[in-house]
Amino acid sequence: MMQKYTDLELQVKSVNYRKSLLKYIKMANTGHTGGSLSCTDILNVLYNDVLNVSPEKFSDKNRDRYIQSKGHSVESLYVVLADQGFFPESDLETICKFQSKYVGHPTRKVNGIEFNTGALGHGLSISAGIALAAKKDNVDYKVYTLLGDGELAEGSNWEAAMMAAHYKLDNLVAILDHNTLQISGRNRDVCSPYPIDEKFEAFGWSVISVDGNSIPELREVFKKIPSEHEKPTLIIANTVKGKGVSFMEDVAKWHHGVPSDEQYALAMNELDHQYEKLISM
Amino acid sequence: MTLQTLNIGKANLEIFSATLMELAEKDRNILAVTSDSRGSGKLVPFGVKFPDQLVEVGIAEQNLVGVAAGLASAGKKVFAVSPACFLTTRSLEQIKNDVAYSNQPVTLVGISAGVSYGALGSTHHSLHDVAVLRAINNIRIVIPADNFETREAILAASESNKPIYLKFGKKAMPNLPRTQEKFEIGKASTICEGDDIAFIACGETVAPAYEAARILEGRGIGAEVISMHTINPLDKEAIIRIATKCKAVITVEEHCVNGGLGEACASLLMQEKLFIPFKIVGFPDEETITGSQTEIFNYYGISGEGLCQSALKLLDM
Ligand SMILES: Cc1ncc(C[n+]2csc(CCOP(=O)(O)OP(=O)(O)O)c2C)c(N)n1
Ligand SMILES: [Mg+2]
Repeated sequence: MMQKYTDLELQVKSVNYRKSLLKYIKMANTGHTGGSLSCTDILNVLYNDVLNVSPEKFSDKNRDRYIQSKGHSVESLYVVLADQGFFPESDLETICKFQSKYVGHPTRKVNGIEFNTGALGHGLSISAGIALAAKKDNVDYKVYTLLGDGELAEGSNWEAAMMAAHYKLDNLVAILDHNTLQISGRNRDVCSPYPIDEKFEAFGWSVISVDGNSIPELREVFKKIPSEHEKPTLIIANTVKGKGVSFMEDVAKWHHGVPSDEQYALAMNELDHQYEKLISM
Repeated sequence: MTLQTLNIGKANLEIFSATLMELAEKDRNILAVTSDSRGSGKLVPFGVKFPDQLVEVGIAEQNLVGVAAGLASAGKKVFAVSPACFLTTRSLEQIKNDVAYSNQPVTLVGISAGVSYGALGSTHHSLHDVAVLRAINNIRIVIPADNFETREAILAASESNKPIYLKFGKKAMPNLPRTQEKFEIGKASTICEGDDIAFIACGETVAPAYEAARILEGRGIGAEVISMHTINPLDKEAIIRIATKCKAVITVEEHCVNGGLGEACASLLMQEKLFIPFKIVGFPDEETITGSQTEIFNYYGISGEGLCQSALKLLDM
């Protein structure tokens, strides 16, 4: 299949997505900044290269599904959906404003969103249910869900992990935004989820690790799915929380946080430099 | 006189964390159990000062409540702290079986309650918690109105050997007047007296009810305001006394109108044959709109002006 975009074009898109999401977080004066920046490249590759979805196909029963279990990173999802043409980007000026449908967590009121999420630990079960329906109907769409690493503490993930392997849901792909941070600090200090790969393997999953902020690596990995016959796949995407803005990178307090005017200008400046560097390549 | 003349205190949440610090200093058995919620619970300094008294379970609210029950059964004084929306939904079975039914003296602290996370959407609202917990035997429900009631409620919880659910928001609250500087779980507080209409409110809706009373006073209407900080057990005597004295009653709550304070009062009044004009102000059974807590309150008429209008209508004025 011909690829719609080159790696470079997608890298440019990531920079633009990051700029946009920061802009709307700044306008809303609230937002989950760090986690939105860490998963930007994942959403970019999913929507521009992997998922068989578009505004036209959104009511097609055979479309691929994307369920954002870590719903708090809604800003990156909104920005990517706007870029796909699900709604005009200017709508996002109302994020979190009174009576706006662009609520601070994914809601089906917004075109392109499959499921209402925001309470952690629901997405994997929902996705397993959709994947099971595909098996029953003998259709070949895939179901992708994005999990946070802190989110893995929710027991429901492990209930779903066990069941998905039992039903041989090789059409289910969980992507872990492995940025190693949650609100209170490092996952390993808060309540360690490790070893993540061995746990999922023991539950009967196929596990692949990838640099989750590398467009080419992400693109390669998604081509290989399912990597093992009759097994659900976990992609451990090693990311940096706050990716793209030096002073937000790998800093827990940027989980949620709105940049000051000065910080905002600095962040935009850094992203502009990244853009210029890319287009001069 | 409007609320502006009342002195604005701190967020009840801050009073909670400060009071818990004090208690923890004196009693090493006091534990805060958190689910990646120490920041939202303003408990970061607590964790730094008393690292052995903070138990972190990760983002796992069911585990949070189960672990809290286990710790309590082994003699610890446990405060399980998590956003009210997750604490009373995700962990409901643990609350019912491990805490209430097993009678473990856990204090469940629901932070950022009601629509404190108004713009974050329905996943983050807790407008159901009173209804579900009222239907569970052996758990007291306490919703303090201001800093005074919050501190007193925390102190009372720490001395109690029974399950209790406390909830509050994160906005700074005015320090309300009251006829008696006294707090007792299960005994309502009178904020101000009046004979024409009574507002029975709880939590962060007491302040707007008080504001409405001040506006009504300006129009020659006497309004009584009650802080019904304890929803379970309900202070029946206070409700009967007010309904006998006033011409009409309005209940106000940051909760769905189904199953909350209003219905608890209505049920009591009916069964006591006290048939007076009555209105429940709260959140209707519809998808809650989003915005800031204040914007949402105003929209549903939980404001001085909105409640004043409800009162005039109920009194046919
Ligand atoms: C059930 C539930 N509990 C708690 C929260 C509050 N919360 C929102 S984000 C978050 C931390 C998430 O950390 P992680 O999963 O690592 O996400 P990321 O680092 O990708 O932002 C928490 C505790 C929630 N949304 N849902
Ligand atoms: Mg994380």
